[in-house]
Amino acid sequence: MRDIRLLRGALDPAAAIAGLTDATPSAGGIASFVGKVRVDDEAQEPVAALELSHYEPLTLPGMTALGEAAWARFGLCGLVMLHRIGQLAPGDPIVCVATAARHRRGAILAVDYCMDHLKSAAWFWKRERRGDRWHWIEPRAQDHEDLDRWSEKKRLI
Amino acid sequence: MSVRIVFLGPLRDLAGEDSRELAGPLDWDGLLAAVGPQIAGRLQNERVHIACGGKVLSDKTLLTAQDGEEIALLPPVSGG
Repeated sequence: MRDIRLLRGALDPAAAIAGLTDATPSAGGIASFVGKVRVDDEAQEPVAALELSHYEPLTLPGMTALGEAAWARFGLCGLVMLHRIGQLAPGDPIVCVATAARHRRGAILAVDYCMDHLKSAAWFWKRERRGDRWHWIEPRAQDHEDLDRWSEKKRLI
Repeated sequence: MSVRIVFLGPLRDLAGEDSRELAGPLDWDGLLAAVGPQIAGRLQNERVHIACGGKVLSDKTLLTAQDGEEIALLPPVSGG
């Protein structure tokens, strides 16, 4: 079972994870990650909205290729990768990755691998509105370091 | 027929529009000249990529876009 999609409307992580669990009886482990828009009421100007844009010809094909790579690398028997686009409000889920594998390690690592790639190697651009101003969110150095952990070169050292 | 330039992320704000039609064919030098100095400066950054016809170019300076093709200007990404 492989379900990789961009969603313009609400994302329901609980339903996605339950669906994966039901569809993969041979799995011994299910792992998942849900990313959401932080509610930071303590900030001087809290985030009022988040907007995710994408580029149709590249974004979903890139996610599909990422899913295939994760499937082969970690021996998955189920994968859900759902990513929101459009405008979101604080508290809304942005992304849900859930994996099923015969044993826990593959499932957990595959979630980590997919998320590192979605954060800094998938074709999304994110901006947030604080007050009445929009700010583009730049990738953090940590995001690139996280991604580098999976590169073949690094693994050979 | 023309070449369509699509501005993504922060480049859309700099361009002030989602896309622009330019006369083709268009190469790297032609693209830099057409988008103006501010966006051209961003395009020189190694972390800014270009896709042509739905494929990301491994060497953007070898761009050769024909009439009817779409070029996407892709600044550093931030998903998840």
